[in-house]
Amino acid sequence: MQRLLRAVFGISVALVISAGAYAVTDGSGDPAAVKSDDGKWTDKDGNPTFKIQPDGTVDWYTKAGFLRYSSECLRCHGPDGMGSTYAPALIESMKHLSYTDFYGIVAGGKKDISASQELVMPANGTNKNVMCYIDAIYVYLRARGDDAIGRGRPDKVAAKPDSYSKAEDQCMG
Amino acid sequence: MRRRPTEVRLLAGTLLASGLMIAAAAAQTAGNDDLVEMQANAANVVMPTITYDAQRYSKLDQITTQNVGKMQVAWTFSTGVLRGHEGAPLVIGNVMYVHAPFPNTVFALDLDHDGMILWKYEPKQDPSVIPVMCCDTVNRGVAYGDGKIFLHQADTTLVALDAKSGKVVWSIKTGDPGKGETGTGAPMVVKDKVFVGVSGGEFGVRGWITAYSIADGKQVWRGYSEGPDSDLLVDPQKTTSLGKPIGADSSLKTWQGDQWKIGGGDTWGWLSYDPKLNLVYYGSGNPSTWNPVQRPGDNKWSMTIWARDADTGMAKWVYQMTPHDQWDYDGVNEMILADQTINGQEVPILVHFDRNGLGYTLNRATGELLVAQKFDPAVNWTTGVDMNKSSPNYGRPAVVDKFAPGSAGEDKNYQGICPAALGSKDEQPAAYSPDTGLFYVPTNHVCMDYEPFRVSYTAGQPYVGATLAMFPAPGGNDMGNFIAWDARTGKIVWSDPEQFSVWSGALATKGGLVFYGTLEGYLKAVDAKTGKELYKFKTPSGIIGNVMTYEHAGKQYVAVLSGVGGWAGIGLAAGLTDPHAGLGAVGGYAGLNNYTALGGTLTVFMLPPS
Repeated sequence: MQRLLRAVFGISVALVISAGAYAVTDGSGDPAAVKSDDGKWTDKDGNPTFKIQPDGTVDWYTKAGFLRYSSECLRCHGPDGMGSTYAPALIESMKHLSYTDFYGIVAGGKKDISASQELVMPANGTNKNVMCYIDAIYVYLRARGDDAIGRGRPDKVAAKPDSYSKAEDQCMG
Repeated sequence: MRRRPTEVRLLAGTLLASGLMIAAAAAQTAGNDDLVEMQANAANVVMPTITYDAQRYSKLDQITTQNVGKMQVAWTFSTGVLRGHEGAPLVIGNVMYVHAPFPNTVFALDLDHDGMILWKYEPKQDPSVIPVMCCDTVNRGVAYGDGKIFLHQADTTLVALDAKSGKVVWSIKTGDPGKGETGTGAPMVVKDKVFVGVSGGEFGVRGWITAYSIADGKQVWRGYSEGPDSDLLVDPQKTTSLGKPIGADSSLKTWQGDQWKIGGGDTWGWLSYDPKLNLVYYGSGNPSTWNPVQRPGDNKWSMTIWARDADTGMAKWVYQMTPHDQWDYDGVNEMILADQTINGQEVPILVHFDRNGLGYTLNRATGELLVAQKFDPAVNWTTGVDMNKSSPNYGRPAVVDKFAPGSAGEDKNYQGICPAALGSKDEQPAAYSPDTGLFYVPTNHVCMDYEPFRVSYTAGQPYVGATLAMFPAPGGNDMGNFIAWDARTGKIVWSDPEQFSVWSGALATKGGLVFYGTLEGYLKAVDAKTGKELYKFKTPSGIIGNVMTYEHAGKQYVAVLSGVGGWAGIGLAAGLTDPHAGLGAVGGYAGLNNYTALGGTLTVFMLPPS
């Protein structure tokens, strides 16, 4: 049975990858990294984005985003942004959410109440564990949504930029 | 042969039971019920633990190893709620009380008329409590006493409903969801008080158990898990740990500064009670945060077995199982009370299967530690508990640094730790059969990688500080086992592998059977002696509820809530990852959505009409 499941999953991965090959834009437009400010990458419109080297090395923010996502968001949105029984799969949401939309929902929360379910996302605006890392979380999810990285912990990661540590210290207090 | 005295007592209990059935129905209106007598009547299930000793054993014996194969569905009932359904209904006389997760609906069903709805209670709660609930909006059930049904709602409203009409008799607030305090656990009634714990270990909530008057909801006492002695309700000289007085400031000394104020130790598990000793037993949960580097010290009294006087709340003894938790091994699992012969002597024992993977046997009168052994061979974070009474580490687990997050600092990924944070067993309660002398334990066989990092505290916001990835234990793909355990020796007697974690509470019966549910949705009956599967039926959704049995109009029924969710539901919507890649948090559970979908249903089973 386990083997069968893995085979089914294999097919779905293949489908995602082939679909991903055609998706050049997401909710914030073209994700291609054009500019780096000490390892913090932005796209042509100035939105935070990921940078993946040809050998698979991901930028530090993508990895930091994975860690913070997994501690702050996973318990509702599921592992690797893939959704749970009661919260949407963010790898799908990222296809239509802009950086501004994303920021607004994370900071302000969201309610989706219907007759059958009450889905409620808290406002994280005062939560340092989220807001100090919001760009990293965004970059990580953007990479997941664009299928630029797979499930699980990124294993090859660029060095931690000094400016990251400084900003973290300042923000977390 | 040694068990003869127990058997005699059970026989007497069965004879009494038929008379009590009538008495119980009358007592509903009489005011002060004697719950000690009511819980001994196997026809009824008057408390979430079935009986005060939390054995989850029923003297009903119409359904046996011989005829269980013919069991069939009697009737079903939908709760109308999608989220995870934990706990089990109560049955008192000819009425069944069924609860649901948020919005915490309670139904009274008429057993004389195929479960017709007598009344329904649906509180209006601010939905902003939903995201403050870690890991789904579960509720583990209601309690009964004095003609009232007690419910601890998600928003920490404790409400007493008239068992006959469903009308609110009184309603009070036990906590503040704005600070992350929520209600998920089932209350327990002892004499004239109802006991309630609190959830919120992932929000820095300092845990407590509180006793309220069942007459009007007035607070009688509250004992915290952490803080000054006056908050803990301890006597530095008279309260003991492993036979010795705990001394002054036993908790404060084990925390840095004021960290105990947001130190966790929450109390969302089950309570049990020994009427002879007049002691209430329960466990406290994980210390907050999940980053152990940020909270040096033993973090007392998180991860602790508590024995409190039921009248005053004063702690008689405490035992901390996992000092300075580094894994989120909450100590909240049920405390099962039994009397067994150990080394030729009958001992009043307390048996506890902890998230940390150790099965503990203690003398429940004194708190003396008798046995501490791994109930899953995969457990690797400890080499075992020091049982040498003269050792300075007596009662402490020896920790393997490699598998202890934080031992080499934060921002480091500690790999291959067994069990995972959800433990070798979670809240789903085990059962004990006095007929076999064995304990029946639903277990998880899952391991993890764990990386702790810095986290900051904001009231009402998650306070976690770790990322973890879970996968099946090495050597196979099975993520659960249903085991029989001998608590006298600390040994597994038999073990039935399960594809997914077993997240349902077990039930043992006089009919020689043990029942449990699976995450795929099967209700299973196995032979208590051998573990051989004798019956299975697939209910509408995955089972994380507890199996119960009752008698109505002279006939035995078995019932269970299905409705997948809780921790198991977090990975449900995601696809399966290759567990051996060591990636994919909760990846193992993901395959579940090929088997089951959401939805709360009660399924009631019976033998076919002869």
